[in-house]
Amino acid sequence: MSSEPEVTWEIASSKPASFYSTYERKDELQHATHYCPGCGHGIIHKMLAQAIDELSIQDRTVLISPVGCSVFAYYYFDVGNVQAAHGRAPAVATAVKRSRPGSIVISYQGDGDLSAIGSAEILHAANRGEPITVIFVNNAIYSMTGGQMAPTTLLGQTSTTSPRGRSAAHEGYPLHVSELLATLEAPVYIERVGLGDNKQVAQAARAVRRALENQVRGLGFSLVEILSPCPTIWKMSPVESQRWVRDVMEKTFPLGVLRDHTQAAQSEAVPIPPPPLSMIPGIVGVADAGLPAEMTGDADVPALDLQVRVAGFGGQGVLLLGEVLAEAGLDAGLEVSWLPSYGPEMRSGTSNCHVRLSREPIDSPLVTHPDVLVAMNEPSLRKFCSTVHPGGWILYNGEASPEDCDCRGVHVLARPFTQIANNLGDARAANMVMLGALLEIAGNLPQSSVDSALGRLVRNPKWLALDETALVCGRRLMREARAEVSHAG
Amino acid sequence: MSRHLMKGNEAIVKSAILAGCRGFYGYPITPASEITEAAAALMPQVGGVFLQAESEVAAINMLYGAASAGVRAMTASSGPGISLMQEGISYMAGAELPCVIADITRGGPGLGNIASEQSDYHQVVKGGGHGNYRTLVLAPHSVQEMADLTVLAFELADRYRNPVVLLADGFMGQMMEPVEFPEVATEPRLPRWAVAGTDASRGNVITSMHLDTDKLEAHVRQLEAKYFITEQREARAEDWRTEDAEIVLVGYGIVARILKAVAAEARAAGLPVGVLRPITLYPFPTLHFQRLTARARAFLVVEMSNGQLVGDVRLALNGARPVEFFSRVGGNAPTHLEVLAEVQDLARRHLAGAPAEEELIVHV
Ligand SMILES: Cc1ncc(C[n+]2csc(CCOP(=O)(O)OP(=O)(O)O)c2C)c(N)n1
Ligand code: SF4
Repeated sequence: MSSEPEVTWEIASSKPASFYSTYERKDELQHATHYCPGCGHGIIHKMLAQAIDELSIQDRTVLISPVGCSVFAYYYFDVGNVQAAHGRAPAVATAVKRSRPGSIVISYQGDGDLSAIGSAEILHAANRGEPITVIFVNNAIYSMTGGQMAPTTLLGQTSTTSPRGRSAAHEGYPLHVSELLATLEAPVYIERVGLGDNKQVAQAARAVRRALENQVRGLGFSLVEILSPCPTIWKMSPVESQRWVRDVMEKTFPLGVLRDHTQAAQSEAVPIPPPPLSMIPGIVGVADAGLPAEMTGDADVPALDLQVRVAGFGGQGVLLLGEVLAEAGLDAGLEVSWLPSYGPEMRSGTSNCHVRLSREPIDSPLVTHPDVLVAMNEPSLRKFCSTVHPGGWILYNGEASPEDCDCRGVHVLARPFTQIANNLGDARAANMVMLGALLEIAGNLPQSSVDSALGRLVRNPKWLALDETALVCGRRLMREARAEVSHAG
Repeated sequence: MSRHLMKGNEAIVKSAILAGCRGFYGYPITPASEITEAAAALMPQVGGVFLQAESEVAAINMLYGAASAGVRAMTASSGPGISLMQEGISYMAGAELPCVIADITRGGPGLGNIASEQSDYHQVVKGGGHGNYRTLVLAPHSVQEMADLTVLAFELADRYRNPVVLLADGFMGQMMEPVEFPEVATEPRLPRWAVAGTDASRGNVITSMHLDTDKLEAHVRQLEAKYFITEQREARAEDWRTEDAEIVLVGYGIVARILKAVAAEARAAGLPVGVLRPITLYPFPTLHFQRLTARARAFLVVEMSNGQLVGDVRLALNGARPVEFFSRVGGNAPTHLEVLAEVQDLARRHLAGAPAEEELIVHV
């Protein structure tokens, strides 16, 4: 920012109503703006305030001020004011407008703010067609910080960070943001104007007003780029700098309308009123229709404390198996937890989850020593077989567990579950056959709870029928295996 | 009231909407994406705004806009995304704007991995953005708390006009447990300071800028005073069997769950072990720690980060008791067996009858 000018300079002889009469947010000199004599910001402020007056939108207007010389815009405009981080005004404006669709939101930005650090925010706000108004003040330089190069600095133009003049080879070409944005489909109105002479100023005022009016009519994204003098940093007199806008800047940044879809644009649809508060729990799916919080008595809760690890390939239904078990436990009034492995392991195609069911509150949901390991493939068996609690069970999807697998001290039910499921109608039901076998071990879990869990999680009737058959089959396999063991024993 | 089995990530969104949140601006990242996805599904149905931002930088600035307009709003992310949000968090703290940010932490630094860590502690609890500000930080350790602390987060954010972070490890976001929700939804209310594009709010301004040095100093002092009040009123921790504990295990999130299992086993083996679980990481529950020194001989801090929480524990105890440290990182969770081994070792060294006064702080 330039130092406070010695001669205070009024931007207007008659002040628009949308300006404060005195600038009380300013620390001193509350009757003058902080802008230098001949600064474009002062002129643009006035045309913006006049447009706000003319459109009678002062009460509805929210001005987003940027970081740059116009950071203090909220000292002057008697409207709702929000000051934003450097470059982020379009993101801030987006959310203000979407939160309060009846408001008129103006994103006022310099060229450093908009075309450098905030290039992503302006591009995406424009591409989404946010129905806001952007006032883009292009003075080809970073003024507030004392004259460093901007993306809009002209070729050959010197600045404190391009002391030998901007060269295309080293710093690239001046960025034509308005032209870039005009390649997007969403914007309804983009025009570049200048403050090079009185005629241009009058045209600029018309463009600013149109860009605001478009918003009042709910048409869509409008942006006005204004080539604007900065006598202080350019080291020119106000008159010279105006001439420089007209004679030099304009050659790089030609004036004109770059986009005008206002004729074809439709007014925004009126927002649908929100549903009554009483409906919200139902909408988010937590209305009181779910599972009973307390069972009628403790006696009804099955005596069960089960730690299960389910592992296999992704796509084998490992997580669903665990989820049905946990949901059934919840239905039966137990405490439950279900914790999936996720992340890199999933990418390599393996999948596993930890499930606990207990009458007591569950401390750790991580199962290190499962009572039951459901190993849906050989790598899972190898990885986890030695972790199974002594006296526990391994359910293995294979003809027999490999000889070199240490399964001492645990029971093993090894069956070709995939094939069994295939015979039932679909190999993908192997998880439910294995769950059936597991449920036979967790004998206390009522079948009614399993049924309601399955009903909630499997919506497709064809699959539900197959899964029910698979569960019955799995239970039978386990009963047979146990009978064999007891015969043999 | 009924209980619903769901992921922590989903519980956050449902709870937020019931708490009157009507704005969600986010950018996808594992392991937080379910939050963004659930918000995408639900927000429009309740008259709220959901928007996928072009980056976390934009997302946090959209929160800035929504909060300025007086809407309860939130976002969710993880490590790298939270880093990008730090600028905006500082601005929001400076402009005294409320918002809720869920950080479902993954492995770092850099791209790290997407497994669960707790390594965002420093960037969230200590700031991360510029300037003299704090964020209030809540650390859930169950899916029920993912829901409950989300409600508390919105209340604190509004009460203190400050960003509140829900800091949860990846496990918390991904695991499913039963949750109960409140039966009635909270009515969204427009705060009197908001800029809502109305006659009544026209005189309001949202800014973090105070050009005059004295004014900025006064502003920072006022923020400090606010944080001091939160330290007096809002610090929360769970004491789990600490009444007679001589060894106190300290951890938050999934680690606290593991520590409860460890403490149960240690007690079965006759060791007087308890767990102190900070629920607020800022304000830090300093008094809860100091109270325990009457009995406790030593503290063991367990983290899924390389010594971030332990620093605050040492500050809280200020040398009064030895503080030891055990960690797993990279996405590995400490097993209860390895922590139990640490506890047994600690017991050998600290419970052998040596008077506590003679002990030194052991840095591991
Ligand atoms: C993140 C960040 N980086 C850098 C700055 C310093 N800064 C303040 S204003 C500015 C450039 C402003 O230039 P422009 O947008 O063209 O506005 P003008 O001052 O020319 O009106 C910069 C770089 C900042 N405030 N924040
Ligand atoms: S843009 Fe240039 S002329 Fe305007 S206030 Fe800033 S330094 Fe002064």
